[in-house]
Amino acid sequence: MSTTTYLVIAAAVLVFIVIFQIAKASEYVSVLKGEDHSRKQNNRINGFMLLGFMILGFIGVWYCNKLLYKTTLFPQGSASVEGEKIDEMFMITTAVTGIIFVITQFLLFYFAWKYQEKEGQKAFFFPHNNKLELIWTVIPAIFLTVLVVFGLKFWFRITSDAPKGALEVEIVGKQFGWIMRYPGKDKNFGRTYFRVISDENNNSLGQVWENNDSLRLTADPANYDDVVTTTTMYVVKDRAVKLIINSRDVIHDVGLNHFRLKMDAVPGIPTTLWFTPKYTTKEMKERTGNPDFVYEISCDQMCGNGHYSMRGIVEVVTQEEFDVWMAKQKPNYYVAKPEKDPSAAPAVADTTAKPAAIAAVVKK
Amino acid sequence: MSSEATHIQQQTLTVPHETHVEIHHDHHHETFLTKYVFSQDHKTIAKQFLITGMFWALIGGLFSVIFRLQLGFPEAKFPWMEILLGEWAKGGQLQAEAYYALVTMHGTVLVFFVLTAGLSGTFANFLIPLQVGARDMASPFLNMLSYWFFFTASIVMLSSLFVQTGPFSGGWTAYPPLSALGEASPGSKVGMDLWLISMSLFVVSSLLGGLNYIATILNMRTKGMSMTRLPLTIWALFFTAVLGVLSFPVLFSGFILLIFDRHFGTSFYLSDIYINGQALPNEGGSAILYQHLFWFLGHPEVYIILLPAMGMASEILSVNSRKPIFGYMAMVGSLFAITILAFLVWAHHMFVTGLNPFLGAFFVLLTLLIAVPSAIKVFNWLTTLWKGNIRFTPGMLFAMGFVSLFISGGLTGIFLGNSSLDIHLHDTYFVVAHFHIVMGVASMFGMFAGIYHWYPKMYSRYLNNTLGYIHFWVTMIGAYLIFWPMHYEGLAGMPRRYYKFDIWESFKHFGTLNQFISIVSIIVFLAQILFLVNFFYSIWKGRKVTTQNPWGANTLEWTTPITPGHGNWSGEIPEVHRWAYDYGKDGKEFITQVTPVDDSESKH
Repeated sequence: MSTTTYLVIAAAVLVFIVIFQIAKASEYVSVLKGEDHSRKQNNRINGFMLLGFMILGFIGVWYCNKLLYKTTLFPQGSASVEGEKIDEMFMITTAVTGIIFVITQFLLFYFAWKYQEKEGQKAFFFPHNNKLELIWTVIPAIFLTVLVVFGLKFWFRITSDAPKGALEVEIVGKQFGWIMRYPGKDKNFGRTYFRVISDENNNSLGQVWENNDSLRLTADPANYDDVVTTTTMYVVKDRAVKLIINSRDVIHDVGLNHFRLKMDAVPGIPTTLWFTPKYTTKEMKERTGNPDFVYEISCDQMCGNGHYSMRGIVEVVTQEEFDVWMAKQKPNYYVAKPEKDPSAAPAVADTTAKPAAIAAVVKK
Repeated sequence: MSSEATHIQQQTLTVPHETHVEIHHDHHHETFLTKYVFSQDHKTIAKQFLITGMFWALIGGLFSVIFRLQLGFPEAKFPWMEILLGEWAKGGQLQAEAYYALVTMHGTVLVFFVLTAGLSGTFANFLIPLQVGARDMASPFLNMLSYWFFFTASIVMLSSLFVQTGPFSGGWTAYPPLSALGEASPGSKVGMDLWLISMSLFVVSSLLGGLNYIATILNMRTKGMSMTRLPLTIWALFFTAVLGVLSFPVLFSGFILLIFDRHFGTSFYLSDIYINGQALPNEGGSAILYQHLFWFLGHPEVYIILLPAMGMASEILSVNSRKPIFGYMAMVGSLFAITILAFLVWAHHMFVTGLNPFLGAFFVLLTLLIAVPSAIKVFNWLTTLWKGNIRFTPGMLFAMGFVSLFISGGLTGIFLGNSSLDIHLHDTYFVVAHFHIVMGVASMFGMFAGIYHWYPKMYSRYLNNTLGYIHFWVTMIGAYLIFWPMHYEGLAGMPRRYYKFDIWESFKHFGTLNQFISIVSIIVFLAQILFLVNFFYSIWKGRKVTTQNPWGANTLEWTTPITPGHGNWSGEIPEVHRWAYDYGKDGKEFITQVTPVDDSESKH
């Protein structure tokens, strides 16, 4: 390992010295031959290279797209109904900017090559032309108006209120993981307060479920049936889901790439986001041909040294599967206080793992 | 006769010490300390800014090479890295905390120390007095202080690299609560205090500089140099200074509140926080407030970086096309429009923070509006090349490269400025690709163009041309190879600021591409070292400049002696009779600004 390192360094230094010596020598040559002569020669070479750069550049753009298009999310399509609009907007913008890109880059390099210094060529004195300037003020303005109109139409649709009957899920970020809460049978989230958060007592969100005189809190009965899980969020295909987004410590971001959405999680300021999943996870495995496919929640806002590992999962299932899954969940109140659990089942094997997992993340 | 008398009178009015300079030059002996260290000569201060900026560019670039190695080769072990970084690269592998520290420092250093101080600090200092026809800045002393505040800021920032808990590592934007709480990240402990101190000193430096630039441009133009005769470089540097003076104080206020939150128990930015098993006492603050204050500078900052590059590219394109810049007034107007709009678009960085969507709509509109003056500039540059007689000096190539990159990076801005697209693309590699091309590399190209073009005036010698051409082509090709494919990573949703991607099903298929990008970025970095060697070698050994006006340019700096002393002109400051862009007029190759207007001349 170290010998190769030395070899690489030695080779790099050698290349450096060679380039430097050549450059020095070429300067002496140019002085000998006459600076005017060498300048003209350099001009021809660079004029040619600029044209070559343009041609190879356009081929490169095409080739890059051919090579990498399949690595993007577009071939599989948006996994949410709302995301389709974003893909549409993307394609409109790509078309408009693509045309401008090709025209302007072509003109830049073509003019450079065409009007390079030549014997007897005189530059054309052309300081201004109001008509031309008006044209390229108005045309971009029209293009941009179109983009703004489409963009805002989609923007207001996406940021509008979630439809009635949407599944509500609270998602809370913390260093470095996600906590999800479902409102339970009463369809109401119980009140939370950050001062009663206690990972040890299995109250990772600070649900106010008992009276606290020093903090002047009264227990909120809506908390008794709220279900709390970590990492994986279950949502239903073709049913709008509204996320209520929060953070326990620093700013995080709920990044939902397959659904084309994201929203920051800001401590103290809840945000919301809603979307309608189009395909179950199972269907996506088939669509992408990837048996390991999962919808991932990526934290998209720098949140500390574990930022890159803050991964969550969205499991899109059918309504029946969701109901079955939900029926198996125990409200967090009973997980924290098994003695209050009316069903008082002796076996709570799957829930005991949770506090340990949270504690481990917190320690990190 | 009488006009000559008023001329002298005006000169003595505007530059009181003008006549002193002549006398001083003969018998006043300057010490090494006053000539090279605590110099009040704007040209020396410009070189100080430039060389300090180059030092930081080298450090910042090296940081990017190290974290690119991590991104390209996450499994590889580099024993030399452990020698260099110690604990940070245990066993030859970069640790997450080191990765984040390097990313943060790379951003801070490149944005502020290289592309603000190194770019506008250098060229505003160097070009303003020379091109408006002044002996020096309005206040040479404040100008000197401006550099030394920057130098102190540099020392403090550099020292933060060596503290035990590491430098700040929460991203160059330093969003609280992450930046406010030592419990949230080791980098937010003393490293963040040093970061804040350094940045505050930097704000002072940039204010002292900016006020000086504005005062000089407004008050110290030579006779005949009306505002509409100023070269576009000066207009660009003027608007840059205005942007800085109006927006840096807002950033500073954001820093003050952050310092209070960190040390004095206030809750400006903090609320509802439970960290390290403890609920913090803070309630009622808004973390978003900081983002408003930050981006109120942060967005104009983009133009603080870009405008000088635009100005220099305009000047260099015109000189080397041997043609006037097309649409001078439109160029000034579009600079003005960009300056105004720069203040009105900051919240487009915050579309996904929970911003009111109705408010967001205005920011979409205003953001996309910037594309109009930008388009005017691009088309005017293209028309400047049209039917020219173009000489491809290295400076000219970099100016053209600037235009190409500005187009490419500017167009992706239309994606990001549109809020509905931004929801998907925000904080992905698409953003990284966008701002590196349009702000990072393009401005770097503007800076290189300026260095190659004005080097003969700075050091009375030329840079080596062959090395210049190699430097240009490697950087140009490399920049596109690095950042073009990066857009596709962004389109896959790959988030920025990730230390590694191995646990992510959605992003782990980019391994080969990341390797490719890393290798190219190392090659491009080496090409910059080639430039540095060229730069320092040529100061002493470069080909000597033998003519006063080597590029055949019209502007005033080429009427000074080949090696101008403190005071710039050995005789009187020349009077200006025309704008700076009479190239190819009436069959004449060029007509300098000091040439009186002939009656037979055609009008335009």
